[in-house]
Amino acid sequence: MTTLELRNVSKRYRVRGAGDMLALDDVSFTLTSGQTIALVGQSGSGKSTIAKILTQLERASSGHVLLDGQPIPHRGPGLRRYRQRVRMVFQDPFASLNPYHTIRHHLERPLRLDAVVPQDQVEDEVRSLLARVRLDPDATIDRRPHELSGGQRQRVAIARALASRPELLIADEPVSMLDVSIRLGVLNLLADLQRESNLGVLYITHDLATARHFSDEIMVLHHGVVVERGAADDVILRAQHEYTRALRGASPDPDKHFADPSGRAVTRS
Amino acid sequence: MTTETLLTVSDFSVVYDVDPPVEAVRHVSLALERGEILGLAGESGCGKTTLAYGIQRLLKPPAVITSGHAVFHDESGEDIDINALDAAQMRAFRWDKVSMVFQGAMNALNPVATIGRQLEDVFTTHRPRMPKGERREECARLLDIVGVGRDRLRSYPHELSGGMRQRVMIAMAMALRPQLMIMDEPTTALDVLVQREILEQISDLRTKLGFSVIFITHDLPLLLEISDRIAVMKDGAIVELDTALNIYSDPQHEYTRRLLSSFPSLTGERGDFVRGSETQEAAR
Repeated sequence: MTTLELRNVSKRYRVRGAGDMLALDDVSFTLTSGQTIALVGQSGSGKSTIAKILTQLERASSGHVLLDGQPIPHRGPGLRRYRQRVRMVFQDPFASLNPYHTIRHHLERPLRLDAVVPQDQVEDEVRSLLARVRLDPDATIDRRPHELSGGQRQRVAIARALASRPELLIADEPVSMLDVSIRLGVLNLLADLQRESNLGVLYITHDLATARHFSDEIMVLHHGVVVERGAADDVILRAQHEYTRALRGASPDPDKHFADPSGRAVTRS
Repeated sequence: MTTETLLTVSDFSVVYDVDPPVEAVRHVSLALERGEILGLAGESGCGKTTLAYGIQRLLKPPAVITSGHAVFHDESGEDIDINALDAAQMRAFRWDKVSMVFQGAMNALNPVATIGRQLEDVFTTHRPRMPKGERREECARLLDIVGVGRDRLRSYPHELSGGMRQRVMIAMAMALRPQLMIMDEPTTALDVLVQREILEQISDLRTKLGFSVIFITHDLPLLLEISDRIAVMKDGAIVELDTALNIYSDPQHEYTRRLLSSFPSLTGERGDFVRGSETQEAAR
């Protein structure tokens, strides 16, 4: 059981001529292996700042980031070990893979750097990673990113994140750049992997509908403050905070739109 | 005497003449009603933007219109075959009869000119004889209509938020009171609260001013709420065209059903949607 905790974390950015901008204001939560938490909010709410602090791409201005109760190291081999355990999947699979390198190279690299498996097993491990993200190893391994579709690229990015056998995954808008008909496939894949490996997943998104369906809990972030947190269905269907209700009201909801006055949705055949 | 139909597109095809040639739009026919919001739904590469550009002859080589016509039924009663217009006629036609809000349009504003000046450009180009005072007043009025407010005339684009810049672009597209506005993903880059506000505004203005809208997006739930009718495009062809309600409640085409099922319901039942359990087949 792995637990990652943000305790009273605030983050200030210095803005020239405008004083400080408080991007995160006293945020606390824990993410535990086996659990999927969605972090929802609009652009500028601080979602990505949380992701950056969790992966130590940014440092908190105040407060603590604790892994299993221990403060996480800011540099050196300790930070590297931390990043093996807590991995990140980025939004744009077109930017997060290097166009010069084959898929093999992308996946071998973390395996070798982190010495996950002995040298002579690296090839097998690459193939098994590709199979885990439901890509055909033979058809994919020697390709370069431009030869793959967006969805396939994001699968490669997920495979790369899994290479070091992390316990927690931070997925920052992992499907928002993908075509709609393949988004659910990639989210389903993340859900499968989460269960297979008992991963803890922080699913960062602005999409309330997928947040509801893919997570156990939802946290709503507004201007750097967690305004609501609870079981996914409760937050969406029985929102307590005004801002959550506003977000829900503004999100497209055809089922409600086409419901007859009695509130019953028109039957979908 | 005006007819009910505003635009008739018949057997419209566009090919990108590269090697091998790409049939981006294949034999599309549709009739757009006056005052109607028609949603054009489809995924990237399906040809929806090419079709919208093609109707206004905005395509550049290697794109070639290989068949078909787009006929605009002007409120004067005249039928205008858009393909047959010469360069001067085309220049007068665009923006005057049909305007467009482009994808990412909010980033298309000139950063070193005030938005008032950029709005005025529309009138100096298309209404050269309009007196200066009237032009200024018209620009101010447009900013009021879209909810930016006339006190922003002297603002530069960087002084406005993304949502406000997008409203400025909508104001610009409405400036000449076109009969048709084509909107290509006009709100995709915006936050959901801002998006909702702008959509409600477009819908109100449509009722007030009576223009038609072709609204292009991959966001089918959004289209279902704002469109009168929806055309679903795939591989360059319209696979289904029906009222929003029929598309929602009784989709005929397999692809429409797949697209619908790609969006889990926000507040409804989970239905046949199951978290996890991904199949090899889905891994396209």
